[in-house]
Amino acid sequence: MKTTEELEKLLLAGKLSRREFIARISALGLTVTLSPALLSATAYADTPKRGGRLRLGLNGGATSDTLDPGIQLAMMPQTLVYGTLANSLVEINAEGDPVPELAESWESAPDAKTWVFKLRKGVEFHNGKSMDADDVIYSMNWHIKEGTKSAAKALVESIVNIKKDDKHTLSFELASGNADFPFTLSDYHLVVGPKDTDFSEGIFTGGYKLESFEPGVRAFAVHNPNYFKSDRAWFDEVEILGINDVNARTNALKTGQIDVMNRCDLKTVHLFKRTPGIQVMRQDGYKHFTFAMRTDIAPYDNNDVRLALKYAVDREQMVKTILRGYGRVGNDHPISVANRYHAGDLPQRQYDPDKAKFHLKKAGLADTTFKFHAAEAAFKGAVDAGALYKEQAAQAGITIDVVREPNDGYWSNVWMKKPWCAVFWGGRPTEDMMFSTAYAKGAAWNDTFWDHSRFNELLVAARAELDEKKRAEMYKEMQGIVRDEGGVVVPMFSADLSAANDKVGHGKLAANWELDGFRAPERWWFKS
Amino acid sequence: MMKLAKPEGITALVLKRIGLGLVTLWVISLLIFVGVEALPGDLAEAVLGQSATPETVAAFREELKLDLPPHKRYFAWLGAFIQGDFGNSLANQRPVVDLIGWRFANSLFLAGVTALIAVPVAVLLGILAALYRNTLFDRLISMATLSTISFPEFFVAYILIALLSVQMVIFPSISNINDQMNFWQKLYAIILPCLTLAMVVTAHMMRQTRAAIINILSSPFIEMANLKGLHRLRIVVLHAFPNALSPVINVIALNLAYLVVGVVIVEVVFVYPGLGQLLVDSVSKRDIPVVQASGLIFAATYVLLNLSADVLSIISNPRLRNPR
Repeated sequence: MKTTEELEKLLLAGKLSRREFIARISALGLTVTLSPALLSATAYADTPKRGGRLRLGLNGGATSDTLDPGIQLAMMPQTLVYGTLANSLVEINAEGDPVPELAESWESAPDAKTWVFKLRKGVEFHNGKSMDADDVIYSMNWHIKEGTKSAAKALVESIVNIKKDDKHTLSFELASGNADFPFTLSDYHLVVGPKDTDFSEGIFTGGYKLESFEPGVRAFAVHNPNYFKSDRAWFDEVEILGINDVNARTNALKTGQIDVMNRCDLKTVHLFKRTPGIQVMRQDGYKHFTFAMRTDIAPYDNNDVRLALKYAVDREQMVKTILRGYGRVGNDHPISVANRYHAGDLPQRQYDPDKAKFHLKKAGLADTTFKFHAAEAAFKGAVDAGALYKEQAAQAGITIDVVREPNDGYWSNVWMKKPWCAVFWGGRPTEDMMFSTAYAKGAAWNDTFWDHSRFNELLVAARAELDEKKRAEMYKEMQGIVRDEGGVVVPMFSADLSAANDKVGHGKLAANWELDGFRAPERWWFKS
Repeated sequence: MMKLAKPEGITALVLKRIGLGLVTLWVISLLIFVGVEALPGDLAEAVLGQSATPETVAAFREELKLDLPPHKRYFAWLGAFIQGDFGNSLANQRPVVDLIGWRFANSLFLAGVTALIAVPVAVLLGILAALYRNTLFDRLISMATLSTISFPEFFVAYILIALLSVQMVIFPSISNINDQMNFWQKLYAIILPCLTLAMVVTAHMMRQTRAAIINILSSPFIEMANLKGLHRLRIVVLHAFPNALSPVINVIALNLAYLVVGVVIVEVVFVYPGLGQLLVDSVSKRDIPVVQASGLIFAATYVLLNLSADVLSIISNPRLRNPR
């Protein structure tokens, strides 16, 4: 079996052609059909077919879920609303670029402050109404209006005014220039529904119409014959089941009760990969875990303390142990390799007990015990990561005390309250969104309470900069600043693992969200 | 219970017990409310989680009237509840009745089918164990049933899935029944959770049956029956068992109540849409109207089952009806 694995690796890495792979594996007397590596490799070359019922078993649904696009906080409603029933003005494609969806085209003024969007004509809502500019304004105001409950409020705060130029043209006026504005509009909260309706009825423009929705349990949707995209939404029916237990999901997929599952069990996925008829899919996206220090509270207001703690993590071991290898090491800033301006040439921070010792001594805090607060609610394996970190830091003479917090209420009682804690970040498709959300001075989720004047200056300048090269330079400098002076340890980026039976076909997977950017129901198909 | 019964008997007892039951339910509603209030955070923070900002949390609170003082909210809820209005879920605005109705029916369905398997099996095994007490057979059943009760439910569940669903593809591994299925499809879908639960509750009832019968077997009238030369089976089934019914009924009622209210782990493992998962989700989201309604349904189940156990015990045992 060892040899097979090696051959598979070579094949996946592209160092071996499929023909060679088959030849060599046959020489070993093994059947090639058993190799999932080969199966997922062939999946790309497939032509989509219409029909069938796609059954997804998803983790991340609760009985308290709603269809309100402003309160989409878990995988099941996100996949249902954004991936099945609705569309945004802009879509992120598999390459990570913004492409027109409900918008037909857009252009901006040179200062990136005013954006004009032309809407696609002939788009119909599930209730038969035609979409026009008024619907888009209503949908945006859903998140902007006074007293909104929307979690996307912070995202659209910069929109000062939306003007209807004609029935299919809109201009957005922003408080300050933002070259990434199309990315903002691709957000999964910002879907378009018909004017003057309650969005929790599930009426949108998407490829499927909602038949029934029982929060946390089951959603059922049928193909929308009037869908404006002819090359998408291949299934006749989509059924989404809430299955929060990972073993239940795995068994259901194995026994053919579902076609697709998200979030495979990292402990057993290597066995799962070998199961005939199953394809395991990996996406390296923006998802990362951080250990956030409050830079406004001693001792974390001292950059030497922060550097000491950054040098005290063995990132390779973290990825190997906590993520079982399904991830990448972090470099103490939140920008992923999937982002456009990821600074790959920035030196990788290494585990260095001596440097850690040096910085701690410089801070004069050699005997301090650092309390690290963690819970499984922060991310799966957070408490184990803390225990591992404690051992690694001990090598540098740093004492870390891991405080296990209750899962319940972690985000309201621990995060942004305790001086140092474990944090989950889904990440953002653009550098600007990530930095403005969690690193800008005064941002609502600036969980390190960080305030760096050069960084804040660059953030505003880079946002409005339309020259790609200059922008890349600025973002590189900012990643360097966060890495060396920021309040976060970013030990690792986590990959998303999902699995499907081999009847399911798909193209290259978009990395912005799980399951092809939540869009599996829209983009995938059944092979004949 | 023994002292209550007067000659006019059962009706008075039932009425009195129902009255006490209502008081119990009211106290429980108060406890649930205080309990959920005492948990850190409220619905706005729990629903928004990491995405909460002070403004959105405030907007949530204002719309859902979470900013009112607790006693006002409790009495508003109680007033509506007494008039039969269970209110709406705070988290998704659906009527609580819609959320609970079909789930409770599902819970009863699972509990009912399990009871139909487990109760006869347990009683029969109990009788047999008493009949052949201290033989190898008796020890074997005791050991087998006690081991199934000693394993955690999810472990039994996973073993059954591994054997009957993955190895031998006989039964489905998830039991997510829905309206598009007919009765037989539903029954087929829930076989594995039923087996799991049956294995968990059988031991308790079986041991109680055995102990109660053995207890009776040492009484003088059994001695008499023995001396008359009656067959052992006849003694156990016709003479001892009817007299042992009262404790058996009580333990069966307790287990039935458990099957309705205590099966959330089995629900999770088999993805069964019952009331347990709803209660857990609602508590973690601090969705008080849903927690109240499901908590009260669970409490009412206990009250009713205990009441029927007492009534049945009295009917089965004339001595309890005419206390000296």
